[in-house]
Amino acid sequence: MSRSLNIRGGRIIDPAAGRDESGDIFIADGIFVSSPVAGAQEIDARGLVVCPGFIDMHVHLREPGQGAKETIETGTKAAAAGGFTSVVAMPNTNPVADHPGIIAWMEERAARFGAVNVFTTGAITVGSQGDQLAPIGSMAQAGIVAVTDDGRCVQNHEVMRRAAEYCGLFGLPILDHCQDASMAGPEAMMHEGYWSTVLGLPGWPRMAEEIIVARNVLLSEATGTPIHCQHLSAAGSVRLLREAQARGVRLSGEVCPHHLTLTDEALAGYDTNFKMNPPVREQPDIEALLGGIADGTIGILATDHAPHAVYEKEVEFAAAPFGIVGLETAVGVFCEVLLHRRQVIELPRLVAMLTSNPAKLLKLDRGTLAPGAPGDVTLLDPQREWTVDREVFASKGRNTPFHGWKLRGRAVRTIVGGRAVWELAS
Amino acid sequence: MIWTRKDLLGISALSAEEIVFILDTAAEFKDVGKRRLKKVPSLRGKTLINFFVEASTRTRTSFELAAVRLSADVVNITATTSSLAKGESLKDTAKNLEALAADLIVLRHSAAGAPQFLAERLEAGVINAGDGSHEHPTQGLLDVFTVRERLGRIEGLKVGIVGDIRFSRVARSNIWALTKLGAEVILIGPPTLVPREFERAGARISHRLDDVLPELDVVNLLRIQHERQKAGYFPGTGEYAALFGLNAARAARLKPGALVMHPGPIHRGVELDGSVADGPHSVILDQVTNGLAVRMAVLYLCASVALREEA
Repeated sequence: MSRSLNIRGGRIIDPAAGRDESGDIFIADGIFVSSPVAGAQEIDARGLVVCPGFIDMHVHLREPGQGAKETIETGTKAAAAGGFTSVVAMPNTNPVADHPGIIAWMEERAARFGAVNVFTTGAITVGSQGDQLAPIGSMAQAGIVAVTDDGRCVQNHEVMRRAAEYCGLFGLPILDHCQDASMAGPEAMMHEGYWSTVLGLPGWPRMAEEIIVARNVLLSEATGTPIHCQHLSAAGSVRLLREAQARGVRLSGEVCPHHLTLTDEALAGYDTNFKMNPPVREQPDIEALLGGIADGTIGILATDHAPHAVYEKEVEFAAAPFGIVGLETAVGVFCEVLLHRRQVIELPRLVAMLTSNPAKLLKLDRGTLAPGAPGDVTLLDPQREWTVDREVFASKGRNTPFHGWKLRGRAVRTIVGGRAVWELAS
Repeated sequence: MIWTRKDLLGISALSAEEIVFILDTAAEFKDVGKRRLKKVPSLRGKTLINFFVEASTRTRTSFELAAVRLSADVVNITATTSSLAKGESLKDTAKNLEALAADLIVLRHSAAGAPQFLAERLEAGVINAGDGSHEHPTQGLLDVFTVRERLGRIEGLKVGIVGDIRFSRVARSNIWALTKLGAEVILIGPPTLVPREFERAGARISHRLDDVLPELDVVNLLRIQHERQKAGYFPGTGEYAALFGLNAARAARLKPGALVMHPGPIHRGVELDGSVADGPHSVILDQVTNGLAVRMAVLYLCASVALREEA
């Protein structure tokens, strides 16, 4: 295949270039160019939105070590089917990606089996145990785009401070799963509130997240290193982020589909497909998160795609692992909530939150349609109505809370480096 | 009314009418217990499995005796004897029990929601004998049965529940049962063990036992567990007893005829003084006797539905 395309007649939205207009986009040998390519495949994009390829900066691909849940191959196929051309893989694998050898293995596997681009991250601390810095410099050389102990959170503030200082040497941002372990103890399973009380499930409070967000404000301010707060769930986190950004602190945040759509009441049936970390909270938290998106405090949308095998989730609630899949439903849920149901933002902002904003934070050469950049494109139909069916997921995971949901908005074609890797069957 | 549930998972889902129906059925079974021949043939040929993944003596014995008096065949399985100890999943274990043609499974489990998990996957009726901090419905039922039997009504009564409300399944089942039947429930204990969220469930909250004691018709005292102290919920049993223990001096301020209850086992001298536990207000042994009748009623009613579905 030539990896050359002429994509014609769509609405082109390229937030990085401030572009929103009808027109044509051209890709020659996998790279965007400014004029039509002779002999290239023609794609009719009339009625569709032509976006830079979507980037999901929070994905668990589960390799190495947890192939029963997902593999790089199935995870990236799920990404393609969800409209994502790039995913950022979290390092909480088995073994933990805390060493350049594992990063190199990931990069090599992704090149061979990845349906879309895979960017790697490395652990902040050895084994993500929170004690001793991982070889961040060596992992930077091996290609990581950020460090994170995601799934865990460095509890020792001095270790986190040294990590932030040290990352400045490599220009790497820190992605933090903001969670105080003493307030979200090993037994905690859901948001602490009325429903945890009624269900008899130990909960963890908003404060468990907010306290660490506050810590990160101080550490980022003191060190100058960007700290990105992952999967925000609590109202107070948004306020802390907003106040810090107003002072110029390089703190950013992301939000996931489930935290914008579900509340703790959803756990009333003990369905483990609603068990995730951080937990879904209450309506005022949803409102605060939407407010943070509306005023730009939260600039990035991500999935926290966390596949688990069916047998792992089909157990009593306490025994089930945290996490839900998200790659194949996220674009639909985001469009449904942010564009249609609540009209929180306009389409160009939504595209920016999935493209140029994460690309800028992680310094990726993606997230734009500008000539010279890799030819990653997502064709989006923001009006397309569809129903979520977990049985047709490309992911190995079936653990979605959105099964059966009717959504409006869907990616219809995913193009990576000028090659169509997925297309919605018509 | 017609009973329609094959499972009893909790009180929160029951209507007031259903609760009263169980209590009335239990009253009939209580009479059976007074006869010389204490057995009825209601569940003859049926198999009940007492599946106790968490330790229990009195509840398991009570269910076993209730099943025997209904002429069911009973098998007891405990955590240490089950395949769960060998790593088998709860689902697989339960499917195996069903393959042995169990008609009813009584489940005690440390995980909240475990009985619902089984009930959704099995044809057999599932009775919750206590799941984590969620519910202990037969305890809630036997408590309201005892109150109704002694005081003649539930509606309009003031019932205080004292102690570790946060982690107590007994408290939750009592709150639902009592409020549905029209009692006023007052939860009493330190703020660390009595979270405000219970107000949304319809209960009143007080952190001072001495303030509310004289107005109570019933005081239900819950066991205080040492592990809560280690986790920082209160400084020690001595201080707890001083603030919230029902000692003789406090008992003297009870209304005449007020009931003192405890689901057992009692920590004498902590939440309840021995003299009060054995004193005139105490109905603690009535609770044990009534538990048998209530459990007979629950087994009988749920079996009638579970077996009807099989037919």
